[in-house]
Amino acid sequence: MTALGWLRCFQGIVWREALRFVHQRSRFISALVRPLIWLFVFAAGFRATLGIAIIPPYDTYILYDEYIVPGLIAMIQLFNGMQSSLSMVYDREMGSMRVLLTSPLPRWFLLICKLSAGAILSLPQIYVFLLIARLYGIELPPWGYLAVIPALLLSGLMLGALGLLLSSVIRQLENFAGVMNFVIFPMFFASSALYPLWKVEEGSPLLRDICAANPFTYAVESIRFLLYCKVDPMSLLLVSGSLIIFMALAIIAYDPSKGMLARIRGGG
Amino acid sequence: MNHVTAGHIALEQVSALDPPAIRVSGLSHAIGGRKVLDQIDLTVPSGRFTVLLGQNGAGKTTLFSLISRLYAAQSGRIEVAGQDIARHPAAALAQMGIIFQQRALDLELTAAQNLSYHAALHGISWRETRRRIAEELMRVGLLSEAGRRARSFSGGEMRRLEIARALLHRPRLLLCDEATVGLDIRSRTDILADVRNLVEERGISVLWATHLIDEVHPEDLTIILHRGQIRRVGEASSIVAEMGAATLQEAFRKLTEAS
Repeated sequence: MTALGWLRCFQGIVWREALRFVHQRSRFISALVRPLIWLFVFAAGFRATLGIAIIPPYDTYILYDEYIVPGLIAMIQLFNGMQSSLSMVYDREMGSMRVLLTSPLPRWFLLICKLSAGAILSLPQIYVFLLIARLYGIELPPWGYLAVIPALLLSGLMLGALGLLLSSVIRQLENFAGVMNFVIFPMFFASSALYPLWKVEEGSPLLRDICAANPFTYAVESIRFLLYCKVDPMSLLLVSGSLIIFMALAIIAYDPSKGMLARIRGGG
Repeated sequence: MNHVTAGHIALEQVSALDPPAIRVSGLSHAIGGRKVLDQIDLTVPSGRFTVLLGQNGAGKTTLFSLISRLYAAQSGRIEVAGQDIARHPAAALAQMGIIFQQRALDLELTAAQNLSYHAALHGISWRETRRRIAEELMRVGLLSEAGRRARSFSGGEMRRLEIARALLHRPRLLLCDEATVGLDIRSRTDILADVRNLVEERGISVLWATHLIDEVHPEDLTIILHRGQIRRVGEASSIVAEMGAATLQEAFRKLTEAS
């Protein structure tokens, strides 16, 4: 197949995901409502009690609701990644994943297309959230809105790859509740999304170490720095490394010769 | 076992000029420790309607999953139009259109969008996609429904849409896994007739998996699969004669009860 054929396949997968996204308006709204509740209710409550010292990338004292914004952006991506995992399991149950997996293009490429579609489609949700946050009074450097795009794509891909990996081991849709309890909540709470790591360390050094080992922390930090037009190379590196590991494992899990899917769904 | 080999050779003679549509040799596969396919050898000739007949649980869907490389066989070899599926999956998959037992349409998308997605997965250009969608939807009588969401289609319409989709990339082989299951008699008859016509119309090969004996014509090449093993290969009428039976149903019963 020519390079144009590969490009057409990429376009087709992104286009299909975009159509599904448009048809599922409730998914868009719920993806938006979740971080807004955290911003308007949780952050507003903590605003008065929790002060944030001057730490990079901030040049001055900031209010808690400004601190929490990058974490909430990453939360949108975390839920999107897991939603994409859920949709893979649903597609498998409904049979439509067979259509994808019997394309003549290599499976690794199909999975990367699927992941890219998820990362791209999380952008409009994030920008609508940032717009509402701006109207609420959270001012970010104007160039930060553009500068953050690479971090958004990178972290979106990383969390999507994790979702993809999970989708290969989730046997049924009913098991998805386990993903909420054992993946989404621990990843979000044990990270720098809600509190800076030095603050976590004051409470529990062990929890600080757990947060430091959580790739989601680095997704949050890479977004946080680029939102302020600064770069945290370590975060970007760790997010990229996690992406490569999760992606490689997902590709192995979906490799026909490894048989993981065969074990999940036998034939009749 | 001898008769299987004889059938194997007979089918190979039919297709002496072309590479067979499918050639399977020494194929075995187990799921969860249970052997689902056991030393399968079969040849599906090019340009013919071939029936894979077996009860539920015989291993038909597993065989289809391995031929379409949803997962890889644990042992044995599968060739599609002369291409080894394990070594050249892209070339083999490009040759085949598949209708899965379980409906595989995206219900949120329209008929045309479902087809367009499939065309993208085969790298077909936008312009060519539009042309082929119109052509295939017209062939199955759904052109006027192109903008309707798949969710609102009847079972028969969904199957017709899946046939249109399976033909969109111009395959040389069509795999149909229990394509008429769950349909009313009229839709069943129409779909079977339509797929049989494709062999004449386009010269493509069809492997039609079914457990419904009334879907088999006497002249159809028939492969009887039972408990993961091939019990007999040949024209349905020959199998009936060889088994000294009055009908295919009786021959099938004799072959499957023998175990």
